[in-house]
Amino acid sequence: MSKNKFNVVNKSIPKVDGLSLVTGQPLFTDDIDIDGLLYAKILWSPYPHAIIKNIDTSKAEKVPGVKAILTYKDVPRIAFTTAGQGYPEPSPYDTFVLDKKVRFVGDRVAAVAATSLEVAEEALELIKVEYEQLEPVLDMMTAQEKGKPIIHDEKEARMILPLHYDKKKNLAAHAEMSDGDVEEALKNSEFIFDNEYEAHYAQHCPMEPHICITYFDAYNRLIIRSSTQVPFHVRRIVGMALNIPVKKIRVIKPRIGGGFGCKQEVLIEDICSALTLKTGKPVKLEYMRKEEFISSRTRHPQHIRLRTGINKDGQLTAIDMNIVMNNGAYGAHALTVICNSASKVLPLFNKVKNIKFYGDTVYTNLPVGGAYRGYGATQAYNAMGQQIDIMCRTIGMDIIKFYKMQHIKEGEGSPVFQKMGEGKEGVEMKIGACGLSKCIDIGVKEFRWYEKVNKKRKEGNWHYGVGMVCLMQGSSIPEIDMGAAFIKMNDDGSFNLLLGATDIGTGSDTIFAQMAAEVLTVKPQDIIVYSSDTDMTPFDVGAYASSTTYLSGGAVIKAAEKVKEQILEVAAQMLKTEIGDLELKNASVFSKSKKKKVTLKDVAYYSLYEKNQHQIAAVASHITHKSPPPFSAHFVEVAVDIETGLVKVVEYLNVTDCGTAINPKLAEGQCEGAVLNGISYALTEEYIFDSQGRMLNPSFNNYKIFSPADAPKIKTILVPTYEDTGPFGAKSISEIGINGPLPAIANAIYDAMGVRLKKGPYSPEKVYMALNNKK
Amino acid sequence: MIKINVTINNEKKELEVKPYEKLVDALRRYGYKGTKKGCYEGTCGACVVLLNNKPVNSCLILAPAVENQQITTIEGIGTMNKPHPLQESIVEAGGVQCGYCTPGFIMSAYALLLKNPEPTEEEIKRATDGNLCRCTGYVKKIEGVLKAVEKMRGGK
Repeated sequence: MSKNKFNVVNKSIPKVDGLSLVTGQPLFTDDIDIDGLLYAKILWSPYPHAIIKNIDTSKAEKVPGVKAILTYKDVPRIAFTTAGQGYPEPSPYDTFVLDKKVRFVGDRVAAVAATSLEVAEEALELIKVEYEQLEPVLDMMTAQEKGKPIIHDEKEARMILPLHYDKKKNLAAHAEMSDGDVEEALKNSEFIFDNEYEAHYAQHCPMEPHICITYFDAYNRLIIRSSTQVPFHVRRIVGMALNIPVKKIRVIKPRIGGGFGCKQEVLIEDICSALTLKTGKPVKLEYMRKEEFISSRTRHPQHIRLRTGINKDGQLTAIDMNIVMNNGAYGAHALTVICNSASKVLPLFNKVKNIKFYGDTVYTNLPVGGAYRGYGATQAYNAMGQQIDIMCRTIGMDIIKFYKMQHIKEGEGSPVFQKMGEGKEGVEMKIGACGLSKCIDIGVKEFRWYEKVNKKRKEGNWHYGVGMVCLMQGSSIPEIDMGAAFIKMNDDGSFNLLLGATDIGTGSDTIFAQMAAEVLTVKPQDIIVYSSDTDMTPFDVGAYASSTTYLSGGAVIKAAEKVKEQILEVAAQMLKTEIGDLELKNASVFSKSKKKKVTLKDVAYYSLYEKNQHQIAAVASHITHKSPPPFSAHFVEVAVDIETGLVKVVEYLNVTDCGTAINPKLAEGQCEGAVLNGISYALTEEYIFDSQGRMLNPSFNNYKIFSPADAPKIKTILVPTYEDTGPFGAKSISEIGINGPLPAIANAIYDAMGVRLKKGPYSPEKVYMALNNKK
Repeated sequence: MIKINVTINNEKKELEVKPYEKLVDALRRYGYKGTKKGCYEGTCGACVVLLNNKPVNSCLILAPAVENQQITTIEGIGTMNKPHPLQESIVEAGGVQCGYCTPGFIMSAYALLLKNPEPTEEEIKRATDGNLCRCTGYVKKIEGVLKAVEKMRGGK
C-alpha cells in the first residue's frame, strides 16, 4: 500500500453512527425495555475498614416486591480481579463478589433486586449490619510500615503470575529496573535535581455511568448487556467469579457513553449476574453519579521522587524515578499502571545512560484505582515534565533545544522497552516513525513561543506565562494483546465487518469501516460495522492500552486482504483469466488482458447463486511485536490572578504525531477531549476526604469538571508520519493528550509567577498560598 | 398513577405517571429514549428537554407538573431521514463522540436558536454551559452549532 495515497483512509468522513446518536436512537444499554425487569441496588460500606460481624436481611426480605438479597453468605467465595485485562492478569486476585470484610467507604456489603428502585432502596435501609471497625490505612506513604493493619489478610488473595506481591505489607505490586550506574553518574553530574511530585485522585466521569442488564435467554444462557470496554474479559471474569462456564454467557456491548478506562473494569456485571442467577429474572444495575465517584474506579494517585543529573551542555546524565502508588482497597492494575509510569515516559529520554526505576503500589482503605486514560504516564509526566523545566531554567538551557536534543529519534531504542513489560518482560523495540522534533518546531512557530516565554506580561491583576512539555505513549501491548475481525460479503457487494474491538465513543467503528473500504475499494458506507457481542464477533481484548486503531486495525486489514483474494479468485473464474491479470478498484474487478470487468455485486451473485457457490468471508487475527509511540508537543498560556490565585488557561496547543490519522477529524477530537480532561484535572478536579476516607464531594456540584464556558481555546495540529508496522501507517492517539496539561500548566504558572506547584490541582487556594509563601 | 395530558413533540399524549416520578423517567418509559440520565441531580444536562420552548433538566421536574404543557425532545426536532441542521452539522463537524450527552447539548442549542438565530460563539457556550461532555473538549460541538447557524441563515 503506497504511503499517503489513500481513497478513503486519512479522510474526515462523518462517524458511521453519528446521525443515529444525534437523533437520539435507542442505542445504549438502558435504551431497551424488558418485561419483568428487576432493579438492583447495592448497600455500601459506611466504614473504611471493618468486619461484618452480623448481617440481618430478614426485615428487608419482607418488603413486598423484594425478590432477592445477597450477602457474602450467598455467593461463591472465589478471589478474582476486576481489572479487565488479558489472562493471566497481572493484577492481584483480591476481590470477591461479596465479602465479610469491607475495605473502603463505598465497598459492597449487600445487593438487593426488587420490582422497583424505590422498593430496592427501602430494602437497603432495612438491612441490619453489625460492623467491627478496624483501624484504616489512609496514607499511602506509610501503608507498608510495620504494625499497620493488613488490608488483605484473607488467605485467597494472591498474584497468579510469579510477581512480587506482599499483602502482609499492603504491597499490591512492585516493579523496578536499572541500567547503568545512577549513583556514580549523579556524583559526576554538574547539576543534580531532587524533587517530589504528586498526582492526585480523579474520576473518569463518563456521562453514562456504569450500567448493565442481565437476563436469561430462551436457551437458559446468561446474557450480560453492559456498558463495557472489554466484553470478552467480562465474559471470562464473570464466568470465573460466579463459577459459570463461558459457553453459558453472552456479553453484548451496545453503544457506550464514554469509558476512559473505568469501563475496562468488570465492576458491576458479576453482582448483577448473581442477582439474575438467584431470581431467574432480568436485573438492571445502574450507578448513580455519587456511586460512580465513590465506588467505581479512579486515577491512581502517585507520589514521585525524581532525581536527575544534567551537565551544563544540557546532556542528561541520570534519571532515578521512585514511585509510591496508591491503589486503594483493591489491586486493579496495580502493577501495570506503575510499569507504564516508567515505560511510557523514560524512553523518551533515551540519551541518558543511567536509569533507575523503583515503584511500589500499596493498598489503602481508600477508593480503588483503575485504568484511566494516560495509565501511569499522566502521573509520571507531571514529574518529568516539570523537572525538565526546572533543570533547563536552572542551567540556562532553552527547553526547546533540550527536548530536540534529548528525545528519542527514528531508529533508536531504549533499554526500558525491554525491561519494563506488563506482567512479564517487555519487548525490545526500535522507534519507527518519530515526528516529535517536527511537532516541536511547528508548535513553537504556531504558538509564537519565543515571543511569550519569560516575558512576565501583566494586565491588571492578571499575570501571564507559558509552559510546554513533550510526550509519548504507546500503541497496544506487544505480544500480549490480540484483536480479530471477520468480514463477509453480501449480495449487493457490501460487507459486514464484525469486530470484538469495542467502540466506546472513540469512533473506532468508523475508522475500521474506512480501513476495510480502502482495501476492498468500496465506499465506507458499504461496510456495515458491528461491535461487539461475544456470541457474534471474534475475540478482541477490548478498548484499552491505546490499542484499537493499531492492533484491531491490523486485523481488519488482514481480513479485508483475505476477502479480496477470494473475490479475485471468483472474478478469475468469471472472466476466465488468471488472478495476476486482475485488479480490484472502484468496487469492480478489471481484467487487464481482456479489458473487461465484473462489479463486486456480480462477484457476490456469482459466488452465492451461480457456480461453486460459497460465502466469501474471512477472519483474521492480529498481534503486535511493537508498541510504537505517538508523540506530542504541548504548549499552554495561562493567566494567574494574583488577587485570588485563580489560574485560567488562555490558549492550549497540542501538536501530535499519530502516524497516519485514519480519520483526521476524529483524531483531533481525541486530542481535544483528552487535553480538556487534562486541563480540568490540573485545575479543578479533586477528591476531598474526611478523616475516615469518606469522599466529601461526589457530585458535579462539588467535583468540578470543565463545562463549555470554562473551556479555553484548544488547538490540535496533526503532524503526519508513517509507522510501517501500523495500519496504513497509523499509531495510537486516544491517551497521549491527557498527559500534557498537568506539567505544562505548572510550568506556565512558574513562567508567570516564579512559583512551582508540584501537586495538583492548581486550585486558587493552592496558588494563592504559594504566591504568599514566596513573598 | 396520575393521568396527565401533555403535548410531546407536537403530539397530544395522555401519560400515566407516578406522583413522584421524574419527567426524564416518564419520558424514557414512554419511548423517548434520546433523553439521557447522567447524574439525576441536575448537574450534567444529559436529560435536557424543552418545556414550552425553554431548556430544562428533566431530572429536576416532576412528571405531573407538566400537565397541559409542551415538551420537545431530541426525537421531536429531526429524524434520521430528515435531521435538523444542528444534528447534521454536529456530525459533520466531528462533534459527536460517545453521543451520550449530545441530545441534551443539542436541545440547549436548539432552544438558543429559537430565540437567537445568530448567536456568537460566546453565547453558544453560555447557552450550553449546563451540558457537560467528557469526550470532545467542546471544540467541535461548538463548531457544529456555528455551522448550523450558517446553514439555517441560508434559508433552510
